[in-house]
Amino acid sequence: MIEIENVKKSFGQLEVLKGVSMTVDRGEVVSVIGGSGSGKSTMLMCINGLEPIDEGRILVDGTEVHAKDTDLNKLRRNIGIVFQQWNAFPHLTVLENTTLALRKVLGKSKKDADEIAIKQLEHVGLGDKLKMYPSKLSGGQQQRMAIARALAMEPKYMLFDEVTSALDPQLVGEVLDTMRLLANEGMTMIVVTHEMAFAREVSNRVAFFKDGLIHEIGTPAQLFESPERPETADFLKSVL
Amino acid sequence: MFGTSITWGDISFMLSGAGLTLAITFWAMLGGTLAGLVFGVIRAQSPWYVNYPLGTVLDVLRSVPLLIQFILFNSFQSIIGLNMNPFVVGCAVLAAYTAAFCTEIVRGGILSVPTTTRRAARSLGLTYWQDLREIVLPLGTRVMLPSWIGLTLGVMKDTALVYAIGVIELLRSSQIIITRKPHEALVILAIAGLMYFIVSFPVSRLGAHLERKWREND
Amino acid sequence: MFDINYTFHWNQAFRALPDMLAGAWITLQIAVLSMVIGIIVGVVLALAKQSRFVAARGFATTWIEIARNTPALFQVYMIYFGIPAVLQLVASWFDIDFRAMGINIFYLDSYWAVLVGIAFNNAGYLAETFRGGLRAVPDTQTRAARSLGFGPFDAFRLIVLPQMFRAVFHPMTNQMVWAILMTSVGIFVGLNIDLTGVTQELNARTFRTFEFFALAAAIYYVIAKIVTSGARLIAWRLFRY
Repeated sequence: MIEIENVKKSFGQLEVLKGVSMTVDRGEVVSVIGGSGSGKSTMLMCINGLEPIDEGRILVDGTEVHAKDTDLNKLRRNIGIVFQQWNAFPHLTVLENTTLALRKVLGKSKKDADEIAIKQLEHVGLGDKLKMYPSKLSGGQQQRMAIARALAMEPKYMLFDEVTSALDPQLVGEVLDTMRLLANEGMTMIVVTHEMAFAREVSNRVAFFKDGLIHEIGTPAQLFESPERPETADFLKSVL
Repeated sequence: MFGTSITWGDISFMLSGAGLTLAITFWAMLGGTLAGLVFGVIRAQSPWYVNYPLGTVLDVLRSVPLLIQFILFNSFQSIIGLNMNPFVVGCAVLAAYTAAFCTEIVRGGILSVPTTTRRAARSLGLTYWQDLREIVLPLGTRVMLPSWIGLTLGVMKDTALVYAIGVIELLRSSQIIITRKPHEALVILAIAGLMYFIVSFPVSRLGAHLERKWREND
Repeated sequence: MFDINYTFHWNQAFRALPDMLAGAWITLQIAVLSMVIGIIVGVVLALAKQSRFVAARGFATTWIEIARNTPALFQVYMIYFGIPAVLQLVASWFDIDFRAMGINIFYLDSYWAVLVGIAFNNAGYLAETFRGGLRAVPDTQTRAARSLGFGPFDAFRLIVLPQMFRAVFHPMTNQMVWAILMTSVGIFVGLNIDLTGVTQELNARTFRTFEFFALAAAIYYVIAKIVTSGARLIAWRLFRY
């Protein structure tokens, strides 16, 4: 379970999170929607400790992420994250990209790591691209590789940070299909996204973010069909 | 030979000078690169109170003529009674000078790796050092290597200045022959120039080639 | 091990400061002149390297590669020892007796040897800098300017040149600092009026090597800092975009 309790964070003068609270249960898929710069991505960075926070706390399975004695490297093994820029490691092949953390972080042998990585890469449909370098792949393929790379660590949670925003429109579908597959397999996911149809179809709950606050959170049916807050209604009107 | 009064003895004297030039270059690059790696990593991510003093010291090394650094250090080591031989003094000073430039190359290489890529590595659970070793240094090398090759050539040319503390490298050996046979000055210098060129030119071409090749891949 | 039987005499060095500053002025003078010559010749070499004529390209390439692949001291030697040698050779071909004409061709003044040697080096490096600068401005800029009705000359002067200048400004500053530091090799051809030369003379008289050269190092550092900060100020004023 991920528990976010009244988290505040500023970059200098700019307050990006103004007291965010949210709980995500195991097996749940929560989508986070909202305009650009509303703090959605920052919240994801805070969950796995890539960004420090100013106030409040975040618990992952009861471990406080920002406590001084928390081993972040260990915690991050349980939390996979995929970014908007797919962030392939350009000097490593697809297979090496995927096995790197298995070998260096989990200390697996090359043989075991290859086996796990190949399984995950086949899972996302890249079984025939193992020896290729990322620069030879399309954006969608690189993004699916990034997903496989995160999944190979067998995380309990997956965070997706606008993973389709930087893709050409015709490549969005293949990445969403992969995520849909994961959701159906019961992975716990927090998905920051601009794809409203996807959020509606896959999520258990949807949260609406604006100006560093969660204004509304509820089932897709509630939030999309009868939003309680006028801000939510305005936002939905502007994007749908 | 060449119908001149230059003898094989002169040539072999110059060749041994050239050997010394290469030896000093090697030791200076070895020491300078190792120190540059360490300082570069420190420079790339230290708070200002570490970065500023270190940066200033390295900046001084880059802003004072190397010739004067040789003389100064040589004088200093004899004052405190180290009695180092000139070859060692030459290598040590040139290594420090090299480190000053290498540090900026390494720092530039590290900063050239996008933060997002490093975040991706950390999010997979890689530690700070694993990220540096597996991701940042291999990627940064593409940026660093051409500059590093340029630095190597620069250092090789700068070895000419150890003359000031009495090491007889290639240029000094040429100059000695010139004082004996002043009418052959042009031929002797042409031979010395050719020796520099034979080492320098292919290496600089390799550097340019690598730079072009890597730019195409990005 | 650190048995120091040496007393530092800093007063002696500071008393010599006016002489050293006079030397620093000569250093700066050589550096500036070598830059001016280097920039003019560098532009010519950069253009020659793109010329249709094989001879012009060959000449420029030879100059640039020698400048970049041999030590600056070597280039100063080439001027200092080489030019008199060439002149003597030519004189012997044509049976001219310069000495009878009262011209001493067996000796080249060290000031000129250093100035010309460093100018030669500057020209070679700057030629490559200028070539890079030309490439840094895309052809589309010229096309866009021409499409607005500028003539080819105005398009170059008003659109390409300012952008090119920005690309070469920083490397030119580096070259200037480098020229200042490199004038110190004058000591090897007997130059005794620049900062290093003056320092060496003082050193030969007093054997206070460390004090004098430490002071010289400080002066070089200050000059280098003044040049780089000045350049930064100019860049900040000029390149607001």
